[in-house]
Amino acid sequence: MPNLKDLKNRIASVKSTRKITKAMQMVAAAKLRRAQESAEEARPYAERFNAVMAGLAASVGGSDSAPKLLRGTGSDQVHLLVVLTAERGLCGGFNSSIAKLARTHAERLQAEGKTVKTLTVGKKGRDALKRDLGKFNVGHVDMTEVKRVGYADAQGIAKGILDRFDAGEFDVATIFFAEFVNVVTQVPTAQQVIPAKFEQDAEADDSTLYDYEPDEEAILADLLPKGVATAIFSALLENGASEQGARMSAMDNATRNAGEMIDKLTIEYNRSRQAVITNELIEIISGAEAL
Amino acid sequence: MADTIQFDLVSPERRLASVQASAVQIPGADGDMTAMPDHAPLITTLRPGLLRIESPEGNSEYFVTGGFAEIGAESMSVLAEKAMPVGEMTRGHLDELIAEARAKHEAAKTASDAEPSLVDDAAKLLADMEALGDHMSL
Repeated sequence: MPNLKDLKNRIASVKSTRKITKAMQMVAAAKLRRAQESAEEARPYAERFNAVMAGLAASVGGSDSAPKLLRGTGSDQVHLLVVLTAERGLCGGFNSSIAKLARTHAERLQAEGKTVKTLTVGKKGRDALKRDLGKFNVGHVDMTEVKRVGYADAQGIAKGILDRFDAGEFDVATIFFAEFVNVVTQVPTAQQVIPAKFEQDAEADDSTLYDYEPDEEAILADLLPKGVATAIFSALLENGASEQGARMSAMDNATRNAGEMIDKLTIEYNRSRQAVITNELIEIISGAEAL
Repeated sequence: MADTIQFDLVSPERRLASVQASAVQIPGADGDMTAMPDHAPLITTLRPGLLRIESPEGNSEYFVTGGFAEIGAESMSVLAEKAMPVGEMTRGHLDELIAEARAKHEAAKTASDAEPSLVDDAAKLLADMEALGDHMSL
């Protein structure tokens, strides 16, 4: 049986752990609000952008002269998986669920005989994929220094991807991130960015025929690279909100578990204290009786 | 005919303006243009420049670099890569952007002799940036 001093120390240590997890939870809650706000502020841009692109892509898409970014390279042999994760852990299943999705995706592609390359953004994803896909890793983007994700960060990542595409290093690029649904639910998502795919909304929405200045293809060539950056930017923001949400609920659980543990240890502590007292009493009484 | 249009100016990071405007002047890729209510539907890319909004509540000016504008009969949205109110713009900001454009120009010059269009594009970007500084008298 553990002695009283040990129990006391355990309780004290669990209590301080609880303080830490509680603090982390509150920090995550505050950051989550900010992350959600920036995700929300970025939404109008992404929506308008995709709507315009969808219209453009529909009108130019069929032709042979459409830019490569839209049409593809004509093959789908080499796949680039861009895995966006967090720089920090302690956020529940957030990083591992994204990594898992990327891994199953990679396995499926390999079973089909395709070549897989990975590009990781965020340390945790790189670490999680090191064992299985480490040898396919072609690059890593470090986001440790980035306090608040800006469009410039997304542009940097997009540029890296586009340069590789122009160099003919891959045919298809897919980004992996966690879509933020609410604090307890984040859905790992895969989204193909090259060749670009745009969801056509119900056609009723946009039947207007636009004039284009300069012509459609020039605009498309100008906008497609931006589309990659925009997709990555939205993914990064979704990821940011998801990470904080996941961390918040993970820390909430941890705080609750610590509380339960403290209760259990306290009961044990009280019991052993009582046992010691009883023991002493018995000793005193039996000592007195012996006289 | 409505005498105003719904005008939205959004950058990737935030929505900068959402107002009823009577006319909006934008720096189109092929030249400045002013959009008024009942304009024919048009999509154009933008060059770096000034965007002027005239609305019943007053006029405002924004600085935009690149992006595109979507003009419809009743609404108009400008999706700019970078945008900020002219009041917040300083010479420092502009110098940064000019330096960026110049770097791009240099890179294009050295990288691709084969594709003169790239160099021209970069040169135009640089010229636009520099002209903008004079224009705003910073």
